[in-house]
Amino acid sequence: MSSLLLVPIPPVEIEHILLLRPALQSTLNIETAIDESIHLDIAAAFDAYRNQYNSSVLLTSLQEHFPHYNGKILGISKVDFFVPVLTYVFGEAQLNGTYAVVSTYRLSDTLYGLPENTQRFIERFRKEAVHELGHTFGLYHCLDYDCVMHSSTTVEDIDIKGDNFCPACGKIVKRHLHARL
Amino acid sequence: MNGKPTKQNSILIVDDEIVVRDSLSKWFKQDNYRVDSAEDAAHALKKMGCGPWDIILLDIKMPGMSGLELQQRLREIDPAATIIMITAFASVESAVQALKEGAFDYVTKPVDPDHLSHLVQKAIQHKKLADENAQLRQHISEIMRSEDIVGSSPQMKKVIEMAKTVAQTDTTAMIRGESGSGKEIIARAIHANSARRYFPIIAVNCGAVPETLLESELFGHEKGAFTGAQYRRKGKFEMADGGTIFLDEIGTISPKMQVQLLRVIETKQFTRVGGNEVIASDFRIICATNHDLEAAVKAGTFREDLYYRLNVFTIFIPPLRERKADIPLLARHFLTRYTISMNKPVKDISPEAMDMMVRYDWPGNVRELENVIERAMVLAAPPSIRPDDLPFQLIPKHHAPADESIDAVEKTHIEHVLAKYGWNITHSARILDIDRVTLYNKIAKYGLIKP
Repeated sequence: MSSLLLVPIPPVEIEHILLLRPALQSTLNIETAIDESIHLDIAAAFDAYRNQYNSSVLLTSLQEHFPHYNGKILGISKVDFFVPVLTYVFGEAQLNGTYAVVSTYRLSDTLYGLPENTQRFIERFRKEAVHELGHTFGLYHCLDYDCVMHSSTTVEDIDIKGDNFCPACGKIVKRHLHARL
Repeated sequence: MNGKPTKQNSILIVDDEIVVRDSLSKWFKQDNYRVDSAEDAAHALKKMGCGPWDIILLDIKMPGMSGLELQQRLREIDPAATIIMITAFASVESAVQALKEGAFDYVTKPVDPDHLSHLVQKAIQHKKLADENAQLRQHISEIMRSEDIVGSSPQMKKVIEMAKTVAQTDTTAMIRGESGSGKEIIARAIHANSARRYFPIIAVNCGAVPETLLESELFGHEKGAFTGAQYRRKGKFEMADGGTIFLDEIGTISPKMQVQLLRVIETKQFTRVGGNEVIASDFRIICATNHDLEAAVKAGTFREDLYYRLNVFTIFIPPLRERKADIPLLARHFLTRYTISMNKPVKDISPEAMDMMVRYDWPGNVRELENVIERAMVLAAPPSIRPDDLPFQLIPKHHAPADESIDAVEKTHIEHVLAKYGWNITHSARILDIDRVTLYNKIAKYGLIKP
């Protein structure tokens, strides 16, 4: 049976991951575990000039640590991610692959000068995690604004979209999960 | 929308830094764009063969040919491509230069993802509008041309009625009629009155394209599919997506093409010559022929299954000689058209000239009539077209005289031969196999007068 492994990439708040786990389990209907065996060294992904972390490098590190994993792997960190050509990203995933990473850095209201709102933060975190995992199931960005696969480049975009797949995207995820059974 | 097939937009990324190419490719692939990248100008020019690309992201600073220079080269290949410049340094000068030379916009690395996503969406929208505009212009000119159905004869009224009926459906229509009887005009009228009218009608004259090129003409080809295939090219079936494809002279296609055609009609899918990608296109077929397809089917030169596929709804356009009532109408229609285009004050056709035209057989049908009027317009002295302005072939057919005496037959025959050879006595005498003096005597005897 295929499963999902959540890999904390320090620095990260473990309680956020503990809150995420049941949500992912119910949304994706997939066995979800938290990895405690490895400590991924995030330093290799650091770009001193940008003071950010290259998410593509983290994806490669995950792949090196879990080269033959039968399922999906989601790396989670609270540092700010970037890919070289963009100023920031919320996360990155291998399209139709195994590995994805998501950052909580830009999901908190405090970054935007607003009081902390934990519930909103967790909602955003869950949506982004499902979104990046969706890419690993081969999903593209969806035009349905309510679908979790709808493209979002700002937190407002994340807030607008729903926390689950639209019927068409859901069908593709289901097909993938069944194929692996 | 992941489940539904949507029209895939395409992006070509040209940048010398591999990280930029990779991260942009990944970013756009997640949006379901068809993405490819090139590391320098030479590779970019090569990749143009896999186009057309909706959007080209172009780095301004590259070793070898700069982005600015490359932009010009790319425009020469595909003037419709939308180019967005990427620059690592916010150099206003080069950005302004790029915009002056027709770039859609420019971005500075690293780019805000929100900004990039909106910019690309805007560019795609812009391109769609530009393409649609070009298509509509083409369509309007087609509508202007499709006013040309002229005819009040019962046969023609029936043809128009049938065309209107079949236009409402998506049925394959076959138009049959002699050469020059206006099959393409009827096909365009069917398209112009159908639900597909906002999409193009693509006409292919199967008889005019060499057998070897017809396949690439209809299905398109990939770069390098054959010598001279420098760039990927869309085929007519692909161009007709949403609209109508008009296959003229369908009776002339080879058995090999017949098989391919049959498959395309049944599946609405095909691959370009030299390619593997299966392309789906939604088109309606109207075909035309002046061949006797039934005889060709019997003789085995035209596939029976294809014949039944095409021969769903047939419209016969009667030859002009069978609907003489339309001749004056058509003649005046063409007269008006050429009066305007030649700016010549020839406003009328003399009754004698009209009479000659009505009596003529018109083997070339409406096309011949149009050419005759055009020629007459060149020759005619205002204000009207006279019998002299009509070409020689219009001399009325020689009929057997009512009086069947030898004299009457001889008189008519001599009159005919003289007219045929322009009253050239020597030549006519030789044809009649009599000497010139005898011919002069006969002319005097029968009172024949040179016109």
